[in-house]
Amino acid sequence: MSNYIGQSIKRREDDRFITGKGKYTDDIVLPKMTHLAFVRSPYAHAKINSIDTKAALSHPGVVAVYTGEDCGNFGVPCGWQVNFKNGDTMKEPPHPLLAVGKAKHVGENVVAVIAETLQAARDAAELVEVDYEELPAVTNPNAAVQPGAPQVHDDIPNNVVFDFALGNPKEEVDAAIDGASHVTKLNFKNQRLAPNAIEPRSYIADYDVTVDKYTLYTSTQNPHLIRLLMCAFVLGLPEHKVRVISHDVGGGFGSKIYHYSEEALVTWASKQIGRPIKWTSDRSEAFLTDAHGRDYVTTAEMGFDNNGKIVAFRVHSEANLGAYLSTFSTACPTYLHATLAQGCYTTPLINIDVTATFTNTNPVDAYRGAGRPEMTYMIEHLMDTAALEMQIDPVELRKTNFIPAFDGVSQPGYQTQVALQYDSGNYHATLDRALEMVGYDQFRKDQEESRKNGKLLGIGFSTYIEACGIAPSAVVGSLGARAGLYESAHVRVQPTGSVSVFTGSHSHGQGHETSYAQFVADTLGIPMENVDIIHGDTNEVAFGMGTYGSRSLAVGGSAIMKSLDKILEKGAKIAAHKLEAAVEDLEYAEGKWTVKGTDKSIAFGDVSLTAYVPHDYPEGLEPGLDFSSFYDPTNFTYPFGTHIAIVEIDKDTGKVTLKRFIACDDVGNVINPMIVEGQIHGGVAQGVGQALLEGVDYDENGQMITGSFMDYAMPRADDFPFFETDRKVTPCPHNPLGVKGAGEAGAIGSTPAVANAVMDAISHLGGVKDIQMPITSERVWEAMNS
Amino acid sequence: MIPAKFEYIKASSVSEALGLLDKHGDEAQLLSGGHSLIPTMKLRLNQPKVVVDIGKIPGLNSISEDGSNVVIGANCTHHQIATSSVVQGGVNVLAQTAKEIGDIQVRNKGTIGGSLAHADPAADYPAVILASGAKIEVEGSGGKRTIDATDFFLGIFETALESNEMITAVHVPKSSGGVYLKFSQPASRFAVVGCAAIKNDSGVSVGLTGVAGCAYRASAVESAYNGDAKAAAAHAVDGVEVMGDNFASSKYRAHLAKVFTERALNALG
Ligand SMILES: Cc1cc2nc3c(=O)[nH]c(=O)nc-3n(C[C@H](O)[C@H](O)[C@H](O)COP(=O)(O)OP(=O)(O)OC[C@H]3O[C@@H](n4cnc5c(N)ncnc54)[C@H](O)[C@@H]3O)c2cc1C
Repeated sequence: MSNYIGQSIKRREDDRFITGKGKYTDDIVLPKMTHLAFVRSPYAHAKINSIDTKAALSHPGVVAVYTGEDCGNFGVPCGWQVNFKNGDTMKEPPHPLLAVGKAKHVGENVVAVIAETLQAARDAAELVEVDYEELPAVTNPNAAVQPGAPQVHDDIPNNVVFDFALGNPKEEVDAAIDGASHVTKLNFKNQRLAPNAIEPRSYIADYDVTVDKYTLYTSTQNPHLIRLLMCAFVLGLPEHKVRVISHDVGGGFGSKIYHYSEEALVTWASKQIGRPIKWTSDRSEAFLTDAHGRDYVTTAEMGFDNNGKIVAFRVHSEANLGAYLSTFSTACPTYLHATLAQGCYTTPLINIDVTATFTNTNPVDAYRGAGRPEMTYMIEHLMDTAALEMQIDPVELRKTNFIPAFDGVSQPGYQTQVALQYDSGNYHATLDRALEMVGYDQFRKDQEESRKNGKLLGIGFSTYIEACGIAPSAVVGSLGARAGLYESAHVRVQPTGSVSVFTGSHSHGQGHETSYAQFVADTLGIPMENVDIIHGDTNEVAFGMGTYGSRSLAVGGSAIMKSLDKILEKGAKIAAHKLEAAVEDLEYAEGKWTVKGTDKSIAFGDVSLTAYVPHDYPEGLEPGLDFSSFYDPTNFTYPFGTHIAIVEIDKDTGKVTLKRFIACDDVGNVINPMIVEGQIHGGVAQGVGQALLEGVDYDENGQMITGSFMDYAMPRADDFPFFETDRKVTPCPHNPLGVKGAGEAGAIGSTPAVANAVMDAISHLGGVKDIQMPITSERVWEAMNS
Repeated sequence: MIPAKFEYIKASSVSEALGLLDKHGDEAQLLSGGHSLIPTMKLRLNQPKVVVDIGKIPGLNSISEDGSNVVIGANCTHHQIATSSVVQGGVNVLAQTAKEIGDIQVRNKGTIGGSLAHADPAADYPAVILASGAKIEVEGSGGKRTIDATDFFLGIFETALESNEMITAVHVPKSSGGVYLKFSQPASRFAVVGCAAIKNDSGVSVGLTGVAGCAYRASAVESAYNGDAKAAAAHAVDGVEVMGDNFASSKYRAHLAKVFTERALNALG
């Protein structure tokens, strides 16, 4: 029976969010709290000759001033080790809490000033005198590996973090490309993006000397991982002495997964001064220091036979990881990227080759999609480009190459050339539905008509696949992950039958308090009001790996399902005892156990009460109704879908207007369609943002020239038409809810659809070269007029 | 985003404000809507010691008619101007332009006096102020004067205003059927290029903003115009040093100036 699953129930958490009552870290004010301001490097690359903090220290209200000398031994680690092709360990230079010796990117923390008020901290920060000696900087990942490029870390030659390859032997792939009847080749930059969560990062550390314990309030996507990394790898603290709390968090998009140096610094400093310390990033700092996304320089080639069948796919990229290795930076251009190179196609030969580089820029890490949008962009942009070049309809080209449908149950999963095995898929289904929604045949007629009138209309496709809920732990461990990727859940049934669910996944906008309660209530057959979802506190939740990579429901939800199974199994024993029946003779539905074929039953609440007041109770059974579980998935999940963009281009100015956007996604089973649709809408907005508007730019000295909302173009509501969305459902065969994940699909699928639509609109003008993202008006105008 | 320390004084009359400017000299700055001043203070790019708030001075926020002019007080907000029936009836193009500025919050706080004094090269008003041949009424401790719009804008954030003067009103000649067309910068939504065109007895007058260090009257377009918009618009940047930035190179910007001038002239009908 299912009352809630599949219903668009309004999000419970939204009441507090939209009435301004959410409790974000910066809303918290502790007694005797101090404030911290950073002095940040104004240079991309500079030797620090000396730091004079005297004037700052004597400024009224200043409590303490720290430099790298004071805490330079501590450094934040990288969470994923990727080895060189020859087996050597990747280069992992220390990442100090405050710069030591050299500053390596604009915005790097150099000095921390702590004062009674934020005003005093900011004023005193201006009094710190740092004697810098500016050094030449490098910002482009391709330039970084050239001989003679500036060295970001003195002891790391050519700025190479590692080189990496995945897929079939290179000689075989090269030979197939050489022998192909058509090869489409693209050289491009997948530009750097700023995540721009609406809530800037914020940390409060509170050291309590009376019990020698720390509390860290932090705007993070995964409190337990922060505690683990900070305690075990940075400060050397015992975990039971550290509580990490991250209740309401205002968006992350990846940027709040990582353990940042500022987090460890406030924690360490709180003990030094014996008082709480708050640091909240301002927007300028967020642009400079929240881990960025993307930033690859790529050459990608796809070879086809004369029937339009793909014979080989070959890629070389330089991936920019910035000045230091952020927590999951190394996984992004490798195991989260190259593993998706199969796309939805039967490509027989694939080789993905990536060199990861250091540059004098802010660290780069996972940003909504993490490696997968970059791969999807190249595959899907190659497909439409190849279709234009070969004069084949892009829809036909896809259908020629699609992997046939497989459900992963009666038909096996699909083994790719790049390590993964897809769980289930039906790529034709979403494409056919999306074509129907867009009215493809009619569109092509309209397009021809409109061209006669001098209008430039274009359509672009993207039939993407993605990989969510990265797992299992043993596999990711063998690939270098320094953490497991399971999830934990604790379900506590109170004596009167209400239920508290403690999840290790983390909601920072996803709506878990609602969607989790829906399936828990349905599984137990109780009202949703009786279910509470608790996350974001290491003292309440036993353990967790947090939320990213669209993993919450597929991994975290499955862990909850395991605990619910245990609850129902034990409950059945109690029910059988009370009903004087055998467990096998009971069935559970609508919140009660019934003896099959009779009207004898006992309600969930009566069983839970019995569990806690065990007077008349099965012999040998423990009291209580309370279970924890850990769930380690057997595979990733593989959502997919079709996105179609229609654009119109202003001939005179090159301005691109998105006229329609159609998305038919298959994210497996759906608990709350409204929430899924919201995730798709938000993802599409970000993906279109990358295609048309966004981009972090550094100048040749490594100064960021897009460090504010006046210079970094975020997509706004009026940049979009109403999205037209629909869904197909191919359940995930390997998790109990049959869900796949919907958090990143929109951002992964949409970008190439828009880029392809632009090219479709103007390529008939002749001589039009591929346009780099963001596809600004000027770039389109240049492309049309060169 | 915390400004450096400053003293805040709320002026209750023009003479009090001018007295404070005289007293504090370069250390003082006027505050009206705050939508240009405060962001620069928060970033500490601008650190006045004294901020003189003129936002509540009585009489500076009225809109009236004076013969063939609409007179707009310096403290009138963009919203007031966009929705004023006097402005809509007298110089509708100015009301339409005000509507194009920023977002609701900006229009509710930002003022025409502040915008003109700030003289952002990409601000919207200057194009219309120039095209309509407006006069800017300013007052200093030495007395009042009016400055022709064509003499007012001198360069990037630079005007003919003396440091001890303030704008009190703008006198905008009435016109009908004027047009303002803007190509918005995608991040800030300021004008990459904005063109105002207004019909007058002798033909058209054209003001361009966003193109150069400051807005200018495109007199080469005006004199070339004889009904052929395209031909006239080709002169949009004659003799002008066109700016280039991350959003539009000078080549592209010059092209946009011509496109928008042509469109504005065509829209005049
Ligand atoms: C998010 C955002 C978007 C915006 N978008 C646009 C846009 O699209 N188009 C556009 O044109 N503008 C835009 N603006 C700027 C906006 O119009 C400002 O309001 C305007 O430029 C300044 O007016 P103000 O009253 O806020 O002036 P303030 O910020 O108070 O002052 C600005 C400057 O003028 C001086 N000043 C103020 N009043 C006087 C006076 N009476 N006499 C002499 N000097 C004076 C001040 O000392 C200061 O130097 C935007 C601003 C923001 C914050």
